[in-house]
Amino acid sequence: MTRRVRLIVLAVGGTGLAALLVAACFCLPGFGGDRHPYGDRVVRASLARHTANTIASVNFDQRSFDTLGEMSILFASVLGTVVLLRQTRDEHRAEPEPEEVALPVRRYALVVLPVAVLTGLYVIAHGQLSPGGGFQGGVVVATALHLLYLGADYRALERIRPVGTYEAGDALAASAYLVLGLAGAVAGTAVLANFLPYGTFNTLSSGGTVPLLNAAIGMEGACAVVVLLARFPDQAVEIEKGDGR
Amino acid sequence: MSVLPYLVAAWVFLVGCYGLATSRNLIHAVGCLAVCQSATYVLLLAVGYRDGGTAPVFSDLKPGSRPVVDPVVQALALTDVVVGATVTAVLLALVLQISKRHGTVDPDELSELRG
Repeated sequence: MTRRVRLIVLAVGGTGLAALLVAACFCLPGFGGDRHPYGDRVVRASLARHTANTIASVNFDQRSFDTLGEMSILFASVLGTVVLLRQTRDEHRAEPEPEEVALPVRRYALVVLPVAVLTGLYVIAHGQLSPGGGFQGGVVVATALHLLYLGADYRALERIRPVGTYEAGDALAASAYLVLGLAGAVAGTAVLANFLPYGTFNTLSSGGTVPLLNAAIGMEGACAVVVLLARFPDQAVEIEKGDGR
Repeated sequence: MSVLPYLVAAWVFLVGCYGLATSRNLIHAVGCLAVCQSATYVLLLAVGYRDGGTAPVFSDLKPGSRPVVDPVVQALALTDVVVGATVTAVLLALVLQISKRHGTVDPDELSELRG
């Protein structure tokens, strides 16, 4: 198919799809409407379970089974990326050369690094109270560690970021989530049921299993992003074509 | 205009599709897929919006004092973002391998089979 024919086919299909989408838009309930039956029920259930952040309550309590699926997707994608970006037989590993970093960049990165890590941990720990949670905080922690790549060099990053440990941490966090889910079944109700006492509303320990599941997801998210981010610079910096002999 | 946010979502989706179909670079195509996915964020958040609503977080908000937006779609949007990021990572890894094996990232030059 030439480019021209392809564009014509695209125009026909796109016009049809656009017409259908616009027609569908006019059939949706109006923007900003007051009718949200599920939302109202979710808010009530979340308050009854002493979880201040309703979204955390949906993700880690009312629909924690869906989050199990989401976590598996994250885990599978990390696995896929690790397999795709492995060192193949016709490649070899080169020793990365240390590079001089501009002083302001180095200073700034080293000052911001602990602040960013702490912010990430804060976001994870307060997932059931304020906006944020395991996934978001995990990404902040993982990207914060990579400030070391900017501030120092690749070898310093590799020292504080042994990828094997993070891969194990990823698997450990995923199994912690599963074990917590099974504990709900053993405690007498159902898989991923909220079986712990709900605690005092708006405190760190409120919400029963929500903070625990949130912490497991935080660890999984952080480890997964570290492993993912480690594989791409690996390809650029270390792995080279040819067997190196 | 109470349908404008939905129309914006449809427009973002179609723009992403156009980019995907006319892309001459696989990395650009992965970006276009992310644009398509952004349409779903707009749609989800538009569906869940309530006039005068605030975030459904009750740590500094008295329950019942203000309308809150629908938390179900917010949770869905979070799932959407996570899945989108992981899909992008796997696709970029695939593009890297394609570029190494075939020496090109133009989808039009990748038509021939290679053993």
